[in-house]
Amino acid sequence: MDRFSWSNGLLEINETLVIQQRGVRLYDGDDKAKLDVGVALLSTHRLIWRDNWCHSMPLSQILLFEEQAAGIGKSAKIVIHLQATPANKEPGPYQHSKYSFIKLSFKEHGQIEFYRRLTEEMTRKRWENTPASQPIPIGTGSQAGRTRAVGIVGIERKIEEKRKETDKNISEAFEDLSKLMVKAKEMVELSRSIANKIKDKQFGLRSYLLSMGIADPVTRETHGSGTHYHMQLAKQLDDMLQAPLEERGGMMALTEVYCLVNRARGMELLSPEDLVNACKMFESLKLPLRLRVFDSGVMVVQLQSHSEEEMIASALDNVSDKGSLTAEEFAKLLGLSVLLSKERLLLAEKMGHLCRDDSVEGLRFYPNLF
Amino acid sequence: MHRRGVGAGAIAKKKLAEARYKERGNVLAEDQIVQMSKQLETFKSNLEEFASKHKQEIRKNSQFRVQFQEMCATIGVDPLASGKGFWSEMLGVGDFYYELGVQIIEVCLALKHRNGGLITLDELHQRVLKGRGKYAQDVSQDDLMRAIKKLKVMGSGFGMIPVGGSYLVQSVPAELNMDHTVVLQLAEKKGFVTVSEIKDSLKWEKERACHVLDHLLKEGLAWLDSQAAEEAQYWLPALFSELTSRDVTPEEANQMTP
Repeated sequence: MDRFSWSNGLLEINETLVIQQRGVRLYDGDDKAKLDVGVALLSTHRLIWRDNWCHSMPLSQILLFEEQAAGIGKSAKIVIHLQATPANKEPGPYQHSKYSFIKLSFKEHGQIEFYRRLTEEMTRKRWENTPASQPIPIGTGSQAGRTRAVGIVGIERKIEEKRKETDKNISEAFEDLSKLMVKAKEMVELSRSIANKIKDKQFGLRSYLLSMGIADPVTRETHGSGTHYHMQLAKQLDDMLQAPLEERGGMMALTEVYCLVNRARGMELLSPEDLVNACKMFESLKLPLRLRVFDSGVMVVQLQSHSEEEMIASALDNVSDKGSLTAEEFAKLLGLSVLLSKERLLLAEKMGHLCRDDSVEGLRFYPNLF
Repeated sequence: MHRRGVGAGAIAKKKLAEARYKERGNVLAEDQIVQMSKQLETFKSNLEEFASKHKQEIRKNSQFRVQFQEMCATIGVDPLASGKGFWSEMLGVGDFYYELGVQIIEVCLALKHRNGGLITLDELHQRVLKGRGKYAQDVSQDDLMRAIKKLKVMGSGFGMIPVGGSYLVQSVPAELNMDHTVVLQLAEKKGFVTVSEIKDSLKWEKERACHVLDHLLKEGLAWLDSQAAEEAQYWLPALFSELTSRDVTPEEANQMTP
């Protein structure tokens, strides 16, 4: 163990990391070294070991090495016999030792691969071809070793620690999640059994179901899944949408409303269902907005004041004026979205005021002269 | 004479019986509601505890989100149903998906003029990630799909069409039936398709093939290259992203009329 020198954990230029293995304990000869279990690293030039501090020895120090199989209660080891200490060796964890061999004990396995790589490096002797620059002594030798390992080796260690922690967190999270779900399941079954018995859902029960995320079996068409929350939302929407609707010709696609409202909110966003349920309450709350569903399935919020007749009349006017119009042209004219202008033209057509010319060049509308 | 069920007396009796039944029904329910509220409170605190420990996992880990969603589905719960739901409020799952919904809508809107409202899930994924910036939470394709499922309820025509091992995301209410879908799948490999290819692969008659292709043209989902070497080619812009047209940024998307 007196062949090791303190290291700052940085790899030299031309030096490459070959393999690393954690869970390794060092032995000074046959005795356990007075160090904790750490990480053994093999580079093209050195054998490095680190825990809270880091030390290394050049591979040229290695005379020969052999595997020692695992036994009962004993981890597999690699025994490394070493050359005599060179005169200019930098200080390390051991001043001197009676042994001229060390052992690496692999408490978390990995010895087979490590042995293989060590064999390879010792055969190739890459350190001879690309001599690494002399390690720069940083301060006094012992201090350099005792500072926390920085550089590549330090970063690797941080990543490893984080990985271990993440693994632990995730499995704990999954465990807790499973337990939570068991409880949730009980809640769901209980509420289902009640929900089925009562036909007239009071607001209270409904909001409970909403909070749990349980689909309300009562038909939604009549009241929507309206709760107090949705009532409030509906009123908020009324406030928020007046101006934007005026700007857009009195009508906005629901997806557009969704984006507008949620961008404004920033957090505690509305779900698409929340929005739909709130809009369904406009009429019963006597608010001047309406949710409207076109034949195509497109849903819009429109100002009550913009009556259907008005829209159709204006569509007819515009088309007659220009002779004919496509949805895109109409959109440009009115400053509406293409989607909504198409709906208006379709509506006018449905009412018999317009007729269509459907070709590959597009859908064009003409005044209905029939 | 005793006739059964008729007469004012019988009717009154019937009404009374109904009222009693209703009363009994309500009383029964009330007990249970009390019990339910108690259990609800317990569950809420369980959920709070879980949230305080693991809220981060849900935000950071898409695998965890998948597990969570699947478990909820198994027990019959939709954690994304309402922003007011427990799951949303305490775990913050809602905001993650609802915001994603906004971003999906905006990307689709921005590109609609180019691809007619059809985009591959891959391209959508890339563009959403780009729009979110490099410090935002990671978003997986599973996350996108769940957000899109939610958007359907707003009648915007959002849907997913299985094509070539992945999906095409539709964001306009264009009617696409089985025939259209099958042709899209056929076009997936090269980005375009011809009448002959349809006839050969699907064994359709020319009329049927032309009908479908015309529809795709009309809806703006396909472009016609009538100058192609042997035969007219119908290209689907949704299926290739190396178009020469200039890229539209989310900022520009905001300015565009939907």
